[in-house]
Amino acid sequence: MKAPAFNYARASSVQEAIDLLSHYGDRAKVLSGGQSLMPALNLRLLAPEWLIDIGPIVDLRRISVESGLLTIGASTRHADLHRSPDIAAHAPLLKDAVAHVAHPAIRNRGTIGGSLAHADPASELPACMVALDATIVVLGPDGERRIPAVDFFVGIYETQLLPGELLVAIEVPKRAAGVRHFFSEHVRRSGDYAMAGLAAEAEIDGDAFVRLRLGFFAVGERPILATAARHLIGRPVTEAVLAQACAALDDELAPQDDHQATAGMRRYLARQLLVECIVSLLGRSDLRTKVVA
Amino acid sequence: MTPGMQTAGLSPLDRPNSYIGKAVPRPNLERLLEGRGQYVSDITLPRMVHAVFVRSPHAHARIVGIDVTEAKTMSGVIAVVTGAELAKVITPWVGVLSHLKGLKSAPQHAIAVDRACWQGEAVAAVLATSRALAEDAAEHVVVEYEPLPVVTNVRTALDPATPIIHAELGDNLAFERKIDAGAVDDAFKRSDKIVDVEFIFGRHTGVTLEPRSIVADWAPGDRRMTVYLGNQAPHMVQNIVAKHLDLEEAQVRVLCKDVGGSFGVKVHIYADEMATCALSKLLRRPVKFVADRVESFNTDIHARDHICRGRIGVSHDGTINVFEIDDLTGVGPYSMYPRTSAVEANQVIILIGGPYTTPNYRGRTRVVFQNKNVMSQYRGVGHPIACSITEGLVDLAAQAIGMDPVEIRRRNMVRDDAYPCDSPTGLKFEALSHHASLDKLVAMMRYDDLRAEQVKLRKQGIYRGIGIASFIEVTNPGAAFYGVGGARISSQDGVAVRLDAAGTVICQTSVTEQGQGSESMTAQIVASAIGVSMEKVRVILGDTDNTPYGGGTWASRGTGIAGEAALQAAKVLRGNILATAAAILQGKPDDFDIVDGMIVDAHGQQRIELNELTRIAYFRPDTLPPGFQPELMATRHYVPRQYPFAFTNGVQASWLEVDVITGKVKLLKHWVVEDCGTIINPQLVDEQIRGGVVQGLGAALFEHCIYDETGQLTNANMADYLVPMATEMPDIEVGHQISPTLESELGAKGAGEAGAAGAAACVSNAVNDALSPFGVTITEIPLTPRLILTALGRI
Ligand SMILES: Cc1cc2nc3c(=O)[nH]c(=O)nc-3n(C[C@H](O)[C@H](O)[C@H](O)COP(=O)(O)OP(=O)(O)OC[C@H]3O[C@@H](n4cnc5c(N)ncnc54)[C@H](O)[C@@H]3O)c2cc1C
Repeated sequence: MKAPAFNYARASSVQEAIDLLSHYGDRAKVLSGGQSLMPALNLRLLAPEWLIDIGPIVDLRRISVESGLLTIGASTRHADLHRSPDIAAHAPLLKDAVAHVAHPAIRNRGTIGGSLAHADPASELPACMVALDATIVVLGPDGERRIPAVDFFVGIYETQLLPGELLVAIEVPKRAAGVRHFFSEHVRRSGDYAMAGLAAEAEIDGDAFVRLRLGFFAVGERPILATAARHLIGRPVTEAVLAQACAALDDELAPQDDHQATAGMRRYLARQLLVECIVSLLGRSDLRTKVVA
Repeated sequence: MTPGMQTAGLSPLDRPNSYIGKAVPRPNLERLLEGRGQYVSDITLPRMVHAVFVRSPHAHARIVGIDVTEAKTMSGVIAVVTGAELAKVITPWVGVLSHLKGLKSAPQHAIAVDRACWQGEAVAAVLATSRALAEDAAEHVVVEYEPLPVVTNVRTALDPATPIIHAELGDNLAFERKIDAGAVDDAFKRSDKIVDVEFIFGRHTGVTLEPRSIVADWAPGDRRMTVYLGNQAPHMVQNIVAKHLDLEEAQVRVLCKDVGGSFGVKVHIYADEMATCALSKLLRRPVKFVADRVESFNTDIHARDHICRGRIGVSHDGTINVFEIDDLTGVGPYSMYPRTSAVEANQVIILIGGPYTTPNYRGRTRVVFQNKNVMSQYRGVGHPIACSITEGLVDLAAQAIGMDPVEIRRRNMVRDDAYPCDSPTGLKFEALSHHASLDKLVAMMRYDDLRAEQVKLRKQGIYRGIGIASFIEVTNPGAAFYGVGGARISSQDGVAVRLDAAGTVICQTSVTEQGQGSESMTAQIVASAIGVSMEKVRVILGDTDNTPYGGGTWASRGTGIAGEAALQAAKVLRGNILATAAAILQGKPDDFDIVDGMIVDAHGQQRIELNELTRIAYFRPDTLPPGFQPELMATRHYVPRQYPFAFTNGVQASWLEVDVITGKVKLLKHWVVEDCGTIINPQLVDEQIRGGVVQGLGAALFEHCIYDETGQLTNANMADYLVPMATEMPDIEVGHQISPTLESELGAKGAGEAGAAGAAACVSNAVNDALSPFGVTITEIPLTPRLILTALGRI
């Protein structure tokens, strides 16, 4: 379990990283926190000729807030997100979610950019990006591309990033007053990748949703912004409405079997998450699933 | 009062400065915490090369050809060796023992010669100057395979239509044993209720933190093979390496320094380890092999993997009339060498019903070959299965007659005053404490309060369960385990103690240390018995050149057997020291005592320090009385002879919650009461219990080697094979009963496997208790959310 030999380059600036990346193209891989890349190398699942280490680029590790927008540098560690007062104030969903990503040792090294670029469909952060309507900022030899999160994730470990491009930042709209969020996932053990998870954000007026963004993960090839939300918006939520939304959700999921859960179980867990989410956001425990002996 | 009188009636262990029964820190703790352990992977020798094995991707395939041309030319490569080439320096083996009647297996090679029989079996070795370069080259060894039909399903392994893995054996049956005691059919007829269920136990493995590792160093000049190995039984390894490499035992030295966890995984010797020794002899240079995690999953012994039908017959008054089992297990393509792969099944069949008076028992167990990794002894060997079946049946019987699970156990467990006695299967019990242990457990867990809480919470839709599991445990095995079956695995242990010139004690013992505290246990006993502080005792272990001959650390035997040898050796040395003191101080040995490293007289007056005594003994013997020769070294060996095993007992309980929406089990609390006789170090015993419990909880909820129907292990990594993690583990409260064995002066029995024996059983029982309102019974582990949701009909 030793990585095959590779060449290693440390980029000290974003420009240098992009130069190196565009020079080596698909023979190179960006090395960020290494928490997904290094295991893949050691298992010899990947054998890039070059690793471009972006660790030294301090500019990429920052969180800033400007008029309505929270900008998170790609090299911001999971642990940074968890500690940041700005994240807690303006994107509390991320703070909640990141506590479910792996374990402290991994959160100390793993980065948000790495997580999004890696695009594991069972990852928490990509689904949050979708729920938060974030924009992924990518730099390449031809300049900047700004990609809405819903479009960024393409498939299993697949994004819109092209060889030679670097994910540099994520922009998240600052959360408006009165906005609520929900995060929950089903895992075998705490810190594991989820069997099914949901990151959601909502605006509520009285007893009805005005806006509801449901970012499901681990139930398809990429994070899913569930259109089933439309059934729940602009009307009082009853058991029947919720059942309708669950049925609609079922139609738009395409989960897979793995060791921990079958596709059917994932669909089931996703429905349970949706119910819990609505119960929690609306404070309606009467809608909770009842299992009677 | 004379010191002789003072100690009269008091064993050396009860002396005022005794360490026995004290939770003193382990002597090796600081060194290990400083990162100064000496594990095999820390060892680097001149001219050492690294071995990487090319392993079969097929579960069963004929090796048509191996092309090593390209690999041989690659950077850093020293050699590429095939099974056929290696077979010239190492002979194959057959993992059978004569007392496991009928056990058969086929010759196994260090590296497969014509045929690979499981996914992961080595088919060639690449030796290079670094592991990474060897891995690079291994990718260029081209092996042509002709896939053969695979046998993976144990249920059909004996069907006539199923291919036979080793044609020369005639069938796929490795071993079968039957027991029929009492009048089983009558007993079922008499029973008011009969429960009949099938239990399924998933395959899992030991997952030691340090993987298996070996450095073999054949020194042609000395004609000696030095083997550094993470292993529990150095003398066993010495014998086997010598035997198959055409050497005398004296030509082989085995060193087992620090070992990062073993749990039985490292009590065996593996084909790739034997290959490493042979490669060293072939290349005449040191060879290192350290298994990586994927190799560990594919080649470290697996365990459990039983399907067992169980029946119990019970009367309305709670009397358990009869147990019956039909057990089936698949152990891979070969019986493991040298301890075989039949011991787990054999333990299952003899241990069923162990805590109970039930005289009627019929059992059958069958062990079949299959094209999966080899199975063999892992912590608890058979106990977790026997306990889960027995205790699962007892709970279901209680449910069938509407009796409380504690009550049915009280009515059927062997009485505490009934000993010595025999079980229906012929097990000999010296002294057990089932009732006292259960009483203590019930008090510790506040059983009645928990039951009340359970009822209350159920009304709120919260489903909690209580599971109880009593067990017996085989410890301190004598020759009955292996020796009588013809294996050169010693059941006795030896300890040598000597007082060196500075008055400190050096102790060489044949037990080994893999983290359980053998070193501490030995030092505590020796220090107490002699009368010195523990800091004055240095323990040497894990070296066939430098310790007495003995078995090592396995089967919960270290303290009970080698601890007794240590006590007896230390007592002889103490007597010899007192004789020397008497000679120096012109008195009688009985007039003196050793207290905290000082010779004291009848009045408790300090006379001379031990280092003064040794100064005279070693440097001024001319001043001693004529004819007196101090003997400041003593050796004693010990093995229990009266009982083949020292049985221990215990009982565990689990309190947990099942989330009926997600299928998740949350462990809330776990209790254990166990009886290992004399306790040397309560902290070490409790740690052993907790560690074993956690491994049992892993088996109950998480750990599973998942094979597909083609014999591919599909989760050979730490992301997909789930080990129990701290967050999921409950508090584990441990209590003790103490029934010492009278066979030894120390009175200690084993404690290493008690935790593993009962943990899974009580989790299963607790889950079924929690789900009882739904009329659901699950008799399969691991109890995954998927299994539970399926049983509840929710997915
Ligand atoms: C035991 C364990 C458990 C884990 N559990 C979870 C979990 O529960 N949930 C979860 O979401 N994750 C989990 N992870 C993964 C972890 O969150 C990683 O940190 C994350 O997936 C990748 O981030 P990284 O910075 O380590 O990226 P790296 O491993 O360095 O890189 C990952 C991939 O992204 C590419 N990349 C990295 N940065 C950029 C960039 N700026 N631009 C373009 N491409 C880039 C790399 O080339 C590589 O292909 C776990 C990891 C481990 C080891």
